[in-house]
Amino acid sequence: MEEVIQPFYLEKENRMKNNIIHYCNIKDGSVSVNGKSLYVNTVEKDFLSFIKTVYKQFDLAYPKFYKMDPLCKLSIVAASILLENTGSEIDPNMALVLSNKSSCIDIDRKHQETISQEADSYASPANFVYTLPNIALGEISIKYKLQSENSFFIFEYFNPKFLIDYTNSLIDLGKSNRVLSGWVEVNENNYNAFLFIVEKSDGIELTQKNLIKLK
Amino acid sequence: MSASSNKISVYVSRGNCLSPMGIDVTENMNGLIQGEIGISKIVDQKLQEDSFYGAIVDKNRLHTSFQELNYVGEYSDLEKMMLITVDKIKSEFKVLFKDDCGLIISTTKGNIDELSSEVDEENYALYGLANKIKNTIGIATEPIVLSNACVSGVMAISVAKRLIQSGSYKHFVIIGADVFSKFVFSGFQSFQAISNQPCKPYDKSRDGITLGEAAAAIFVTKNKSLIDNQPFYELIGDSSINDANHISGPSRTGEGLFKSISNAIKEAETDKIDMISSHGTATNYNDEMEAQAFNRASLQDVPLFSLKSCFGHTLGAAGLLETVIALNFSTRNMIPPSIGYEEHGVTLPLNVSKSFQQKEINVILKTASGFGGSNTAVLFRKGKSNEK
Repeated sequence: MEEVIQPFYLEKENRMKNNIIHYCNIKDGSVSVNGKSLYVNTVEKDFLSFIKTVYKQFDLAYPKFYKMDPLCKLSIVAASILLENTGSEIDPNMALVLSNKSSCIDIDRKHQETISQEADSYASPANFVYTLPNIALGEISIKYKLQSENSFFIFEYFNPKFLIDYTNSLIDLGKSNRVLSGWVEVNENNYNAFLFIVEKSDGIELTQKNLIKLK
Repeated sequence: MSASSNKISVYVSRGNCLSPMGIDVTENMNGLIQGEIGISKIVDQKLQEDSFYGAIVDKNRLHTSFQELNYVGEYSDLEKMMLITVDKIKSEFKVLFKDDCGLIISTTKGNIDELSSEVDEENYALYGLANKIKNTIGIATEPIVLSNACVSGVMAISVAKRLIQSGSYKHFVIIGADVFSKFVFSGFQSFQAISNQPCKPYDKSRDGITLGEAAAAIFVTKNKSLIDNQPFYELIGDSSINDANHISGPSRTGEGLFKSISNAIKEAETDKIDMISSHGTATNYNDEMEAQAFNRASLQDVPLFSLKSCFGHTLGAAGLLETVIALNFSTRNMIPPSIGYEEHGVTLPLNVSKSFQQKEINVILKTASGFGGSNTAVLFRKGKSNEK
């Protein structure tokens, strides 16, 4: 009989718990899904140049990308790669729980510059509309038609305990069966995206230790 | 055993607030009952050459009241507003702050007007604001900032409820606040969304929003006995569903709001709603979208009011401020008028309140909608207090 090699996490006791079924990282010039490196570009140190090469490399074909602020660019690219490279079905009720440290600071700076100039300075509505971090949730929801629970949180440091607590509460209280959760931070050329999908099925145990390891 | 089959009950106190109408909830309620509004004509050439309408807190009064708290150190106006507002909760429940008590700060832009290259990041970053408030009032847990546009204040109540029901916390202090900033004012001006008059939600002649500034605070707990010596409310249903339609325009069908309301009603197992404290920003699209959603939910006959025409749109504070005011009216079994509403201006029927009405109120629906396609609905049920 042929031996079936199971991934390390397929243990029966995990089956009815909320587990991480897929995850994606964009950091230090590299993109990986479920721990497997899919793209590396350490030449582009500038975040906007780098994220554009990622967008092109993965054929994301979503021209609205070019209009977005840096936080939305990172979020939409990370979410798209995660959802489209894992063969996961799009669940329209999948909740979104994102967090970061700097809110949408880059576009805030840009908007602030336009309004602090002297005479004849007018704010741009195209910038202003992106000056809320939860716009990133809106962009992901629009692209994947997710009419679901959405919330954006700010912490000084990556907060695995909170993400686990809130993600579990959404699933355990019946608000959503699946949650896309994580950290999407951009501040000038410092960036780090770590998104993961949680549901009640086989996967990596949703623990603080695992989240820290996978980020 | 699933958590939902044996759900923990979660309660809120009536809370406190600070606005141009007053330094605490009592002053705010007295002003509202006398028919006052917090919106006035403002002359501030740093913001705009011509005068404009806004709801701006009297800073002299703010600084004097803050001095009475005896905090040492530098605090921004926003931080002063937050600390004054939460002080009542702090004096009553301080002993719990060292326990499993969470802190949620609901804000869109925090200290954004401090943003410049010469200033340390902590002074304008939202996490810096949260840390400062946490340390000043002595909360032991990591502060949670919820920044989800104009639904933040209502959503914060929902987040607290869920984290208590799932066993992660016992209590929460929620503080919602935003100031009247050049950052936001100039942005809404660029959208041509600012009204030339005090805003008129649901009225035929409405022409946009009026911005305001305020702070509100509320205490959330699973331990009813901590708050049942005064009027209190149970959180009986909540939901936040995104429209997935447009980042700055509401859905024409009210899809996300309708779904949020339906889910909250389903969880609460009651559709007997006595009054609705709605979002009502007085933009054409928002008010029309709400009319669609309330009609789809068959709530067009329930008395409804927007408080934006009193307080202006206070962004991250709005949902919490309006909840505090709605609960305080409910305690008096009163439905306030929706100021500025004269001629029905949305295409579907709504029971917009035109004057003060005395009516027994048990169940209150609070809704909010905002940029990013966000919507939140929370249902409250009046508790039986042991007030002496």
